[in-house]
This record gives sequence, structure tokens and C-alpha cells, in this order.
Amino acid sequence: MSTPVLDVRGLAYAYPDGHQALYGVNLHVHQGERVALLGPNGAGKTTLVLHLNGILTAGAGSVAVSGLPVTRDNLQEIRRRVGIVFQDPDDQLFMPTVRDDVAFGPANLGSRGAELEARVVRALEQVGMAGFADRPPHHLSYGQRRRVAVATVLAMEPEILVLDEPSSNLDPASRRELVDIVRSLDVTVLMVTHDLPYALELCDRAVILSDGVIAADGPIRDVLGDAELMAGHRLELPYGFVLRP
Amino acid sequence: MGASHGHALHYHGHSPIHRLPAHPKIVALLVFVLAVVATPREMFWPYAAHLLALLAAVRLSRVPFSYLGKRLVIEVPFVVFALLMPFVATGPRVAVGPLHLSQAGLWGAWALLAKGTLGVLASLLLAATTEPRDVIAGFERLRLPQPLVQIMGFMIRYLQVVAGELSRMRIARASRGFQARSVRQWPTLGATLGVLFIRSYERGERVHLAMLSRGYTGRLPTLHVLTATPAQWALSGILPLVAVGVCLAGVVAR
Repeated sequence: MSTPVLDVRGLAYAYPDGHQALYGVNLHVHQGERVALLGPNGAGKTTLVLHLNGILTAGAGSVAVSGLPVTRDNLQEIRRRVGIVFQDPDDQLFMPTVRDDVAFGPANLGSRGAELEARVVRALEQVGMAGFADRPPHHLSYGQRRRVAVATVLAMEPEILVLDEPSSNLDPASRRELVDIVRSLDVTVLMVTHDLPYALELCDRAVILSDGVIAADGPIRDVLGDAELMAGHRLELPYGFVLRP
Repeated sequence: MGASHGHALHYHGHSPIHRLPAHPKIVALLVFVLAVVATPREMFWPYAAHLLALLAAVRLSRVPFSYLGKRLVIEVPFVVFALLMPFVATGPRVAVGPLHLSQAGLWGAWALLAKGTLGVLASLLLAATTEPRDVIAGFERLRLPQPLVQIMGFMIRYLQVVAGELSRMRIARASRGFQARSVRQWPTLGATLGVLFIRSYERGERVHLAMLSRGYTGRLPTLHVLTATPAQWALSGILPLVAVGVCLAGVVAR
């Protein structure tokens, strides 16, 4: 089998205050997969995500991205390979214009001039926001800001796109547009969410993280269809939602 | 969207002054203010000359006088202080109508008012003709230390986010029947500010994480290099040069 894009082995982590968030997580994501990372509040989802690009350093175990271990020496390359889109676009968009914000990541990696401009334009086109390059981010609607946040990461040409609660606060049309955008991208996706219908729409595989360990890993229909498993981890399909076979 | 769009000080336009790059304008403002401050206060005509030169620049910018006039209100605390000076300063006194005022205090009040008003008006002209982000870029071009430039940039970016949060908290408070009528409600207002501080602090941490995730290493990449032609430097140089000339003439005439 080929080298997984994401290879997490025995990852354990305790916060400096002693609170243990992860107790040995094993997760492999292969090229082209779209995986939903499900779990109740406080399960350790965000903690796991912050390990993927080396913001947090593993207490035990290891993380590797396309074979490259996440270590202090590799941080810049790891952060290019792993693109994290955070939940609140206001946290992610801080430059004066959309164009500058999308350019921020590739510029940190040393891209300049025409090449940088080309990357910015391409990333904005991928999310359908090319016409907004010169607008300040805070003048955009929430859905538009979320799309620009995705573009800021796409401009770094990541190998895996990590979306943290991508559907939160979006109106139905914006949700639909984001689904179309993610589907159109040729990139591996790890999507952290408890919006289960959204996960079903986008992903083929689901992983449940609960109490700091992987509690389930399989085809998303099997996972969502297992009522007992779901209830055991504080996950429920919305009222009136029926899984069609 | 509750917060108003755009920034309160900037006046959209396409005048020759609007088109000037930010860094010559910042230098011009600095030299102008220094010249005004150095002008001897015992004479009135140099200040009239400064004001005329400045008003000519305002005219050229096509920013309405009333627009700048309203924003001069920010000066009020200094005006109050200036008005107090003749009463509280010591030294020989002169009779002005029924009042006995300190001579030194009167001169001090005049100097504070004249220099302050000219300085504020000139700063307002810069703010009205330059987008906030360009002012920041100008500071960066003038090699102000990076941490200061970044702090100012983030302040401008997040001012509206924080103001929006504050207004949502205010609405949520009011929706539960809160009215700030007396001193007894101050603890609630204090708590609001405390929560706002903590939220902003946490947001700062999240922004920092998001920046690190995109390869931030302590320096913002310079994406636009500001350039100014000699003609642009010359145009922005007119006002400060006139001010320096007036100042020197005042010093010589004293």
C-alpha cells in the first residue's frame, strides 16, 4: 500500500495543566480520501488537529505527513502540506485585503512576484471568489469569508485539507456551495464536524474520536447507521433524518 | 451586519492628495507638526500663515471643511484644559473684563489651542485622504519596527470585530432588562469589559495559531512595495516647507 498522506500512530497528549486529551490515537488517511472526524464536544478533535501541523507536539506517538515526520525541523514543510481551515473565518483572515490574505501563506514559504499572484488567483478561482480580491475580508458575508479562508489554505497547495466545522453558521445555500467547492478539489480532506448529514454528503469514511481514542473507523453509512455505537458517543442523527440505503 | 462599513475618518476621493503614496504624506505631516510646534508663540501672524497653508491643502484634497470640522471635536479635552490654564497658572495677572487672569496662562492656552488645532487638523487631513491600511504600509516603508507595524495592522483589522462583539453583548444585556442608570450598575459594565478583554485575548491566540499554521515565522511578508516618484515627494513637500519657512521667519522676526 502507498504511503498514507496522514499517518498518526499512538498519539497521546496531555495539556500543561495535566488534562489528558488524547490517549493513543491511530489514524491513517490515504491519498484522495475524504474522511469525517466525528466526536462529541470535548472529545479531543481540535487537539488532534493541532498535532497534524505541529502546533502541538506529541507527548507520545508520532504524526507523519506523506512520510515526513512532524518534527521541529520540518515545520515549514509540514505546514505547507497540511492546510487547516479554522472554524471562525475572522481568526483566519487578518490581512487588509482578500488578496493579501491569500498571499500570506505562500509568501511565508518564499513565493514572490508573478508566481505568487498566479497562486492567489488560482486559489480564489477554486472557491469562486476571484472577483473579491481587493475587498477587505470584514466586508464579506460569512459564507464568503469561509470560502476565502479555504482559499488561503489552497494557495499553499496542501496535500491534505483539514476543515474544522466547515458548515457552522452557514446558511443552506452557503453550505451547498461549500460542498460543491470541496468536491471540485483534487485534494485529500479530513473534516472535523458534528454536522452528520454534512459529513455524509461529503465523506465516504467516518472516524469517531471519543474520550481521546478512535472509537470507530469505517464506511460512513455503517458508522452513522449503527445507532448503538452513535448513542454511546453522544452522536445523533438530526430529527427526521433517515439514512437511505 | 451591525458595524458600519469603512472607517470613520477616511473620505473617499480622487484628488491629487488622495493619490499621493502614504509615506511622503506621513513625513510631510511630521515635519509640518514639528515646524508648528517650533514656531514662537508670541506672534499671531505665523499661525495665521500655517492655517492658510493647511487650508489650501485641504482645498486641494476636496475633502469638505465641514467633514474635518466635525471630527475636530476629538480635540475637546485639550480645549477644556487650555481654557483652565489662565485661571490656574501662576505669575503676573492681567485684567480681562471682570476676571484677573494669569498672563503666562493666557499665552500657554493660546499656544496649546493654536498648535493643537493645527496638528489635529493636519492629522485629520492625512486620515481623510489615506486608507488606514495604506498608512500602515507607509509606516512599514519608513522602517518603523515590525512589531509596531503589526500591532497597528491588527488593531485596524480587529477593531470592528471587537466592536461587533461589544455591541452584541450590549444587546444581550439589554434584552435581559439591564439599564445602566446608576453607579450600582458599574460592576456589570466592568464585567462586560472583562469578558470582552478575555474574548479578545483568546481570539488573539486563535489568530496566532492560524498564522503559524500558514508558516508565519515572526515577520509579515512585504507584499506591496510602496514607491513614490520625485514629483510626488515634491508635491507632499510643499506644505511642510512652507511651514518651516514660516517658522524660521517667526524666529528671525522675534
